[in-house]
Amino acid sequence: MSSKGDILKKIKQNQPAFVTDLPDLNILGSEQFDRIETYKTVLKNIGGDAVEVHNYEDIIQYIKNNYNLEKRLITTIPELSGIAALDWTNDDPHSLQDVELNVIKAHFGVAENSALWVTDEVLGQRISPFIAQYLAVIVHKNDIVATMHQAYERIGNQEYGFGTFIAGPSKTADIEQSLVLGAHGARGLIVFLFD
Amino acid sequence: MSSEKVIPHSEAATRFNKDTERVNWHDETLWFVREKRDKAAHQIPDWELLREMASQIKNNVLSNIHDYLIEFEANAEKNGIKVHWAADAKEHNEIVHSIMVNHEVKQMVKSKSMLTEECHLNDYLAEKGIEVIDSDLGEYIVQLRKEPPSHIVLPAIHLKKEDVSETFHEHLGTEKGNINPQYLTESARLSLRNTFLTRKVALTGVNFAIAETGEIVVCTNEGNADMGAHLADVHIASMGFEKLIPKRKHLGVFLRLLARSATGQPITTFSSHFKKPRDGKEIHIVIVDNGRSTQLGREDFRNSLKCIRCGACMNTCPVYRRSGGHSYHNAVAGPIGSILAPNLDMSKNADLPFASTLCGSCTNVCPVKIDIHDQLYKWRQVLVKEGHTPTAKTIAMNTMATVLANPTIFNLAGKSGRFIMKNVPGLVNNKMNKWYDQREMPDVPEESFREWYKKNSREAKAKDNE
Repeated sequence: MSSKGDILKKIKQNQPAFVTDLPDLNILGSEQFDRIETYKTVLKNIGGDAVEVHNYEDIIQYIKNNYNLEKRLITTIPELSGIAALDWTNDDPHSLQDVELNVIKAHFGVAENSALWVTDEVLGQRISPFIAQYLAVIVHKNDIVATMHQAYERIGNQEYGFGTFIAGPSKTADIEQSLVLGAHGARGLIVFLFD
Repeated sequence: MSSEKVIPHSEAATRFNKDTERVNWHDETLWFVREKRDKAAHQIPDWELLREMASQIKNNVLSNIHDYLIEFEANAEKNGIKVHWAADAKEHNEIVHSIMVNHEVKQMVKSKSMLTEECHLNDYLAEKGIEVIDSDLGEYIVQLRKEPPSHIVLPAIHLKKEDVSETFHEHLGTEKGNINPQYLTESARLSLRNTFLTRKVALTGVNFAIAETGEIVVCTNEGNADMGAHLADVHIASMGFEKLIPKRKHLGVFLRLLARSATGQPITTFSSHFKKPRDGKEIHIVIVDNGRSTQLGREDFRNSLKCIRCGACMNTCPVYRRSGGHSYHNAVAGPIGSILAPNLDMSKNADLPFASTLCGSCTNVCPVKIDIHDQLYKWRQVLVKEGHTPTAKTIAMNTMATVLANPTIFNLAGKSGRFIMKNVPGLVNNKMNKWYDQREMPDVPEESFREWYKKNSREAKAKDNE
């Protein structure tokens, strides 16, 4: 029934006779640059916006000023319970389809590409950063690493069921190479850089 | 798997070139993407080192893939993922279908997977009464038009916004003549959102599979793979076995290279790591061979399996840019497609390794250092030896070999050639002679260099002076 045996046998026969060595990755990722400035520049270039904040009150004010609070706002951060709901993490994921803004925390960010690392632990639900019309992510400035090499060092053997790097809002250029933000996921991404 | 009739590359390219304005646009658009790649690459001081590392990692993978596959399967199963093995396209399609049948589901939402194009999964499922909707915007557009993708990263790059507007007007009821990309994308977003919310099975491709952890990584800009997978009960991920990499930390190398090589972005918007299914849900991974183990055994061509499907070789290729993806009649077009396709069907794809100038630009931009243009050259030799090239070409080449090997015949051929071109040009300058397509020949010289040299060399002059 299964072709596993046949496939593996053929692969064993046909793969090169000697196993070549894996390279040492430690020489990579030594680039020196201002991590916060680079992070902000790259994020802007790919359609996101960085907002520097000192406390949760700053975040609440920003959201009040820039989003329609009449619409559905959700978060996984208890400090934001005054403006966004916390009680959705066990709901049917389809029920999040009308979410206007989702505010979550990232484990860390990466300066070279402005990506944010998030896993089940901070997502509430896997679909949450994708299905919301707008996404806001909080990350501490101390948690911005330089390159993807430091990123994977930091992830190490971290246990997760699902994790993703998010870099900017969802986008497409499939129609004549014209960039459009908001393909299927979030139409906009705000990154709150926390002191 | 034998040869259905296809239009040879050169003929398809001729048709593509009839619309000069569009060809120029196609050429320039892809070159623009190549320039964005250069700009992104030049910002990374370690770029060449990264390419070398990626190449070495992939070489290691190919030399040890048997053990990595066993390690990957064991770890994936520990994570609660079901792993399937498919020897060929047919078995892949049957496995996918059986999963649909087991869940009594007749609709699927799919994100980009070149492997399912290679296996013609959509056609197979359609015959079984299963509806598939492609959710990547470019793929959605070409699917509505009943066309295959023309580029692995930019599936609708052969179309203008007027074409998309027409297609959406017909299928989605968008305003006739509205060619605003923002408006058209928004219309697709609304329609596909409804699809994501109602499908129980989602299929995605796989960019990388990690032996050490049993997880898979799927990269998109649109978020369509995630919208499908996290809303469905069942996530099926199809992968060629060469997608394996040994360790999680190796992603640091590949994710730095992939999007920069593909579109000049620093990384794709989403790089999603699927390790375990959600509670009560399922992830199935289908590991596909479909000729890959054969290619692994071809020493000259096994390197092609290092490919991470960035499309950089297509964007830079002067032949691809001016002939279009469809002229390659293969799921993967361009230079890399032309070294993968003959392995799948030598006779059907014998024309593809000749669709190149061997300029080597593809090799120079390849993030995993595949010797693409060398392999194109080597495939030509294999194809001629095995009798897969057109008879006219074989006769011409044999004649040429005889002429070039014999000075007397060479001389005579030169003389008669010059005589004919001068006195009866119609004999050579006609539709039968490809050298005259879109070309004017220079005036015929009075004599050959050899004849001139005989008269004018120092020895000849010394002789004259004697």
